[in-house]
Amino acid sequence: MTPVLELRGIDKSFGPVQVLHDVDFFAYAGEVTALVGDNGAGKSTLVKCVGGIHPIDSGAYFFEGRPVHIGSPRHAAELGIEIVYQDLALCDNLDIVQNMFLGREHRRGIVLDEDTMEEMAAKTLESLSVRTVKSIRQLVASLSGGQRQTVAIAKAVLWNSKVVILDEPTAALGVAQTAQVLELVRRLADQGLAVVLISHNMNDVFAVSDSIATLYLGRMAAQVKTADVTHAQVVELITSGRSGDLGLTNGATA
Amino acid sequence: MTVTISPKIKHETPSIRGNVRGYAERVRGGDMGALPAVFGLVVLCTIFAVLRPPFLTAGNFANLLTQGAAVTVIAMGLVFVLLLGEIDLSAGFASGVCAAVLAILLTGEGLPWYVAVGAAVLTGVVIGTVIGTIVAKLGVPSFVVTLAAFLAFQGLVLLLVKGGTIIAVRDETILAIANKNLPPVLGWILLVAGVAGYAALQLLRARKRAARGLSADPLSLIALRVGSLALLSGLAVYFLNLERSRNAAVVSLAGVPIVVPIIVVLLLVLTFVLRRTAFGRHLYAVGGNAEAARRAGINVDLMKISAFVICSSMAALGGIIAASRASSVDPNTGGSNVLLYAVGAAVIGGTSLFGGKGRVLDAILGGAVVAVIENGMGLMGYSSGVKFMVTGSVLLLAAMVDALSRKRAAATGLR
Repeated sequence: MTPVLELRGIDKSFGPVQVLHDVDFFAYAGEVTALVGDNGAGKSTLVKCVGGIHPIDSGAYFFEGRPVHIGSPRHAAELGIEIVYQDLALCDNLDIVQNMFLGREHRRGIVLDEDTMEEMAAKTLESLSVRTVKSIRQLVASLSGGQRQTVAIAKAVLWNSKVVILDEPTAALGVAQTAQVLELVRRLADQGLAVVLISHNMNDVFAVSDSIATLYLGRMAAQVKTADVTHAQVVELITSGRSGDLGLTNGATA
Repeated sequence: MTVTISPKIKHETPSIRGNVRGYAERVRGGDMGALPAVFGLVVLCTIFAVLRPPFLTAGNFANLLTQGAAVTVIAMGLVFVLLLGEIDLSAGFASGVCAAVLAILLTGEGLPWYVAVGAAVLTGVVIGTVIGTIVAKLGVPSFVVTLAAFLAFQGLVLLLVKGGTIIAVRDETILAIANKNLPPVLGWILLVAGVAGYAALQLLRARKRAARGLSADPLSLIALRVGSLALLSGLAVYFLNLERSRNAAVVSLAGVPIVVPIIVVLLLVLTFVLRRTAFGRHLYAVGGNAEAARRAGINVDLMKISAFVICSSMAALGGIIAASRASSVDPNTGGSNVLLYAVGAAVIGGTSLFGGKGRVLDAILGGAVVAVIENGMGLMGYSSGVKFMVTGSVLLLAAMVDALSRKRAAATGLR
């Protein structure tokens, strides 16, 4: 099976600082790929390269097997790559429907087509089995943290996207809400999307992911099947870049 | 929080009771909306009516409308800038500059009124573009930019009217705006047409939504809305159609002042822009979370510039109305208290100084409060000093209500 998203030998520098060294990364449809690594390992930079915010210096970027060149976030969105950032980027003073369609409103002539948008938003939320919101015309300000995360994710999948990247979606949530969001993440993958989950929480990673990619000091230490590794091995990969046979060979570490 | 399992997302069927409950919840949660303005209006009117019975005469009512018109129109434009969390302190003198342009072209050059009006509005557009561009592209705080413009425009008005002379406006059309009335019959016709149009729109919308299986307003709610609109505007038209002239045999003075339908049309157009177009939606988004708007692909700079353009253009219209009412333009047109009254009107009506919240209707309600204070205190024989102090206090009170309701909203998780 060809991965939906395939990165080969990505290099990225900011001035004299090389942040990504020769990084390979794959994300398959219908799977949750966890992206882990310590602070400063390069997770955010890698995601921003995928999303077209940072241009890559060298390396190959394949989308659905075809080589592509992503020049801007808009271009990435056109391909079907959506990123849900940690701060969610929702407007508190708008309701759920208005937020989901922000910047891509349906209109008839110059008039907003509220009815169609409301229908589509309701359908999307229903397909994700979201049942915790009282009304989709509720202001986002009145939603809980988990509900906001849900709206942000629903906004990302509204556009027939193929890859959804979630940046620490559970970092600010309580136990019950975390479980809810993880359930939603799993459901996205089950619907055939390629989901990339950035997380620091090993429990979350092992709960929902199919494979785990570990970045260590800007290098891809290993991308392995979740079933093939243990908690301890992944922690070792994150902290030292290698674990037994897995990981970077000594010469390659920075 | 527990995961509630229900077969479908619940659509709360809107009903009168549901709406009232929702409104009460919002108010308790800190979203006061126009409530303080409406409350203040009722209290003020009652006080003045009791203390000074002439306050309630038809003549004074018409006077009040034309008195507050210019400030209200400027405030309607200010709402757009306030929505973004910005401020335009130059709106008052911008209206003065535009009025001066109008007067020079009319009286000095003898051009027809539509050319002069076009030039005045164009002046407003240019002013807004310059201010907006400096704010958006250079990132200079709007407070400073417009404070500088405030001073500069004050000077520009002085230069335009040549050091303090008064330019008289004699054009019949311009003078009619604030000084002439609609024929009483036309007032009734416009009223019936307006209410019928509103009712038709509401019914059509409800039917369309019901047909698609979306939650629609019930007939009882629509009837209530249309009924109250018909009642209030009917009373107003009835009052204004009474004979106000002291000597009706010599000159009849009755009917809705022409400026009123002008403001109603502006209200409808601007409300349509804010509530029903993508542009308006994006304005709210930028005011609520500029970063989210930027990431959603909205051109934040362009939104800022257009808000300032709308504000200054509305200021131009306000200036034209002021020139019409005074039948002249002098160096103080748009000066002294005009700007503060306009900002006060928008904020008193419930537009937030923090951005993201406000309606054009707010400016009209707030403008009414300001006009009532000005008019009523004048009737009571208070000096300008007292009027300024009272209006200043009311503005401060409104700003405090805004800040407090924002705090309360944060506490209840509504913001």
